[in-house]
Amino acid sequence: MIPRACGWAADASGGSISKAASPWGVALAAKPGQFDRMSYAIRLAAEDLVARASGALFWPAQELLCVSDLHLGKAERMARRAGALLPPYDSRDTLARLEAEIAVLRPRTVICLGDSFDDGASLAGLEEDARLWLARLMAGRAWVWITGNHDPGPLEIAGTHRAEVQIAGLRFRHIAEAGGAAKAGGAGEISGHYHPKVRLAGKAWRCFLADADRMILPAFGTYTGGLWADDPAFDGLFGPAALAISCGGTVARAMPKPRASTRSR
Amino acid sequence: MTQLPPALANWFTAKGWTLHPHQYEMLARAGDPATLLIAPTGGGKTLAGFLPTLAELTTSPAKGLHTLYISPLKALAADIRRNLRTPIEGAGLAVRVEDRTGDTSQTQRRRQRADPPQILLTTPESLALLLSYEDAPRLFAGLQRVILDELHALAESKRGDQMTLLLARLQTLSPGLRRVGLSATVEDPPALARFLAADTGILLADPGPAPDIAMLETDAPPPWAGGGGRYAIPAILEQVKRHRTTLIFHNTRAQAELFFHDLWLANDESLPIGIHHGSLSREQRERVEAAMAAGELRAIVCTGSLDLGIDWGDVDLVIQVGAPKNVKRLVQRIGRANHRYNAPSKALLLPANRFEVVECKAALDAVRDGTLDGEPRGPGPRDVLCQHVLMTACSGPFDADALFAEVITAGPYAALTQAEFEATLDFVATGGYALRAYDRWQRLKQTNGRWALRDPRAAAVIRQNLGTIIDVETLKVRLRNRVGGTPLGEVEEAFAATLTPGDTFLIGGQVVRYEGLREMTVEVSHQPGRDPKVAVFNGTKFATSTLLTQRILDIFQQDRWPDLPAHTASWLALQREVSRLPDAHSLLCESFAHDGREHLVVYGFAGRNAQQTLGLLLTKAMEDAGLAPLGFVATDYATLIWGLDAVQDAAPLFDLTALQDGLETWLAGNAVMKRTFRASAIIAGLIERSHQGRRKSGRQATFSSDILYDTLRKYDPDHLLLQITREEAMRGLIDFSRIKEMLARVTGRIETRRLPRITPLAAPLFLEPGRIPVQGMGRERLADDAARRLMEAAGLA
Repeated sequence: MIPRACGWAADASGGSISKAASPWGVALAAKPGQFDRMSYAIRLAAEDLVARASGALFWPAQELLCVSDLHLGKAERMARRAGALLPPYDSRDTLARLEAEIAVLRPRTVICLGDSFDDGASLAGLEEDARLWLARLMAGRAWVWITGNHDPGPLEIAGTHRAEVQIAGLRFRHIAEAGGAAKAGGAGEISGHYHPKVRLAGKAWRCFLADADRMILPAFGTYTGGLWADDPAFDGLFGPAALAISCGGTVARAMPKPRASTRSR
Repeated sequence: MTQLPPALANWFTAKGWTLHPHQYEMLARAGDPATLLIAPTGGGKTLAGFLPTLAELTTSPAKGLHTLYISPLKALAADIRRNLRTPIEGAGLAVRVEDRTGDTSQTQRRRQRADPPQILLTTPESLALLLSYEDAPRLFAGLQRVILDELHALAESKRGDQMTLLLARLQTLSPGLRRVGLSATVEDPPALARFLAADTGILLADPGPAPDIAMLETDAPPPWAGGGGRYAIPAILEQVKRHRTTLIFHNTRAQAELFFHDLWLANDESLPIGIHHGSLSREQRERVEAAMAAGELRAIVCTGSLDLGIDWGDVDLVIQVGAPKNVKRLVQRIGRANHRYNAPSKALLLPANRFEVVECKAALDAVRDGTLDGEPRGPGPRDVLCQHVLMTACSGPFDADALFAEVITAGPYAALTQAEFEATLDFVATGGYALRAYDRWQRLKQTNGRWALRDPRAAAVIRQNLGTIIDVETLKVRLRNRVGGTPLGEVEEAFAATLTPGDTFLIGGQVVRYEGLREMTVEVSHQPGRDPKVAVFNGTKFATSTLLTQRILDIFQQDRWPDLPAHTASWLALQREVSRLPDAHSLLCESFAHDGREHLVVYGFAGRNAQQTLGLLLTKAMEDAGLAPLGFVATDYATLIWGLDAVQDAAPLFDLTALQDGLETWLAGNAVMKRTFRASAIIAGLIERSHQGRRKSGRQATFSSDILYDTLRKYDPDHLLLQITREEAMRGLIDFSRIKEMLARVTGRIETRRLPRITPLAAPLFLEPGRIPVQGMGRERLADDAARRLMEAAGLA
């Protein structure tokens, strides 16, 4: 846990985080890396970001929290379509984890990176207490809904609705545009959609994928699967020094992104 | 009393055949509502089952389905069809016989529903499918008899539980239906009779002469660990040459493949030898079956797919490779040799390693003493009942009370309470969740007092998911740096999860080194000339009976072992020298480092279930003590735990009171429970089976059943499926009272031997299937180390 009162703890050994006079009382030093078990700092298009063990991305300079692929209402959608009757607790579990991150990080802005709802009718199908819960989380902060392939239509919910959004040096969209970031001269791109996961120590973990230009977030929703980080779908999106930052537990840890194109270690 | 019709009687006479007394007796009992015939293999069981049908159809021919024959194996249905043809054509009877299995074409299946044969041969899964159609009442209305072959095998699994529910359904559709069960020798005939029907008469045939079983002793000593018995190939070839036809049984398909490969290489005289197991294509299987039936093969290397009563004629020797695990299975298996009813069956046991030499010795003593063994099965599992309710809904609207009354006529469900049934129905209809927020959670809905599918289109998906056999998820194994090309084989996903780079295992006849996982492929490299470190998890794992366990412990206590081959006697002596041999009065634990990991072996000799429970308890204690356990595997004799730190003294780990804190969470979160949940969730219809190829294209849309398990535990801990999971897991674990009992017996006598290296007795454990990963701090440390090493190697650290 990161107590807000004292800001980011200074890291004596690596000096990766230092206290500074940002509006939030926090700034990141030049050298990225691990600064506590739950957070991994990374520099993307000259911006300092924090990949969290929860699967959320935090941008201290902007006091901005970004989560992707919540898939709220997934169980409800399957039941509605005469599919499996999955346990109807996915939305509340997703919201509970989101609330925990908001409580710790106190963002001024939250960006949901698309596929926030499992389909166009999922919002209407959300149980009443979940809707109220969501409203409570949104109160007092800017909230941006990025459009995803699962929730393309206009949604009847407060907040700003955008296909993509640019904040300082970073562009937020649902699906990464091949070659886009690099060609745009290092413009950072933050996206979701693919639900990347990686295998480490005989276990599958949700993960961030990132290089200096681009980052893909893991799915934050409870009922979501994943795509292996070495899937050819990621070919051409990342440079050779890309990282996979595993999360989905209590630790965010970095490893080189496994690549499909390399056939030897 | 049904008479043998003249046409058949004359034909038998012409062939010079006389009926066995139990075959006459089956005719005499033809009118009884239910009969269980227990006869040794080779005793003409199947003909005894069909004689009343042939007699009735000859005396009063009728169109439509008269007799349904159900076997656990597709191959058996095809075999019976061939065998029935002989008397039917020979005696010129106008009887149509057809089979219907997963291998039957769509056209043929449609035709069979429109115009059914008089005798239909099928499997429980195909019958479930037939009963799920709206026209089932018409199809089965005139059904007279149902014959359940190899009932002893069916009754051991959920397929049998499902079968009894299907029988109850058939009985409703055709109230006059008579049931016949055919079984090999079992330890408790009345229990099997109750399984068949409430009012079953038992007919015991003459068991025939005692089997002739011996251990195959070889000049080459068996290895310390490992399976497959390939060291004995010259000796086995010698036996094949000396007999007409030899069946060589293996416990797993992988072992059968490897053995066949090496046997073929050594087969200088080019003897005709075939292979038969469940992973081969239908064409391959049929080719071997036909060649076998024609007497063209001198030997067949096979697995359980040939285990059940297929009539091969001329088999005069059965060789069992590897320990037979339970005595009952051994006796049923060797029934295969020498199908002449009054000649003794001949079988040879080939132990695959030196521990199995001891096991084989114990098994032979048990057979000689005539002690069969087996664990009684508990009440019918409710995941199977969930599926049955879904299947019933597919065939049309039903009345809940009527269905309940029908279900409790099935033996395993006789004690089911109304409340339990209603909970099951509620799960099928609405998901059965504590949270009742939506009307959308409705698979069934009630109209005019009858339950029906809310959306009839759901029937197609339900039909695809019928059956209680859960395929394990497998991953292909490929050589790294080799693009394309055929994979070396497949391993279970759960097995792959226990591997760490550097582990070696055997696949496709070669030892390979695990390099890593890429997408859905296990990447390996060649590792020639090294013994494999871990076994491929494959095939069924049979529990050795407690009876055998005790016999083995007795053998260990001998001063010398004059009855055992010299190589095994000296192996036991070596164990006594470097450590000691376990006994019943104390608890021996061995602790040593091997291949870069610390290991602890606990020789409890308490049976597999207890040893598995012990594995869960001890890994919890080790986790609490910061010893970073990574996983464990249990056998009937011992639990092997591996981890990052050495256990110097195991005794404190057995303090059960200290374990209480968080024990429930630990047990509920383990991999055994998650696997059990997945199987039950598929059977109960909560999640769909992953069909071949679908998983890959489904990609990020599909998610792990572990997520559903964790979600239910968190928000709905009393949900029916969690109850079922706990009940199911308890069949594989045992209650703590048994563990407490064992600990009370050995308290103060728990001995830890810290040893410089792996011991002779521990060696076989390293190739045991069924390794269970432990998700604790050890796994986190491993992940930290692995991530750091990868970062360093990539120059990113």
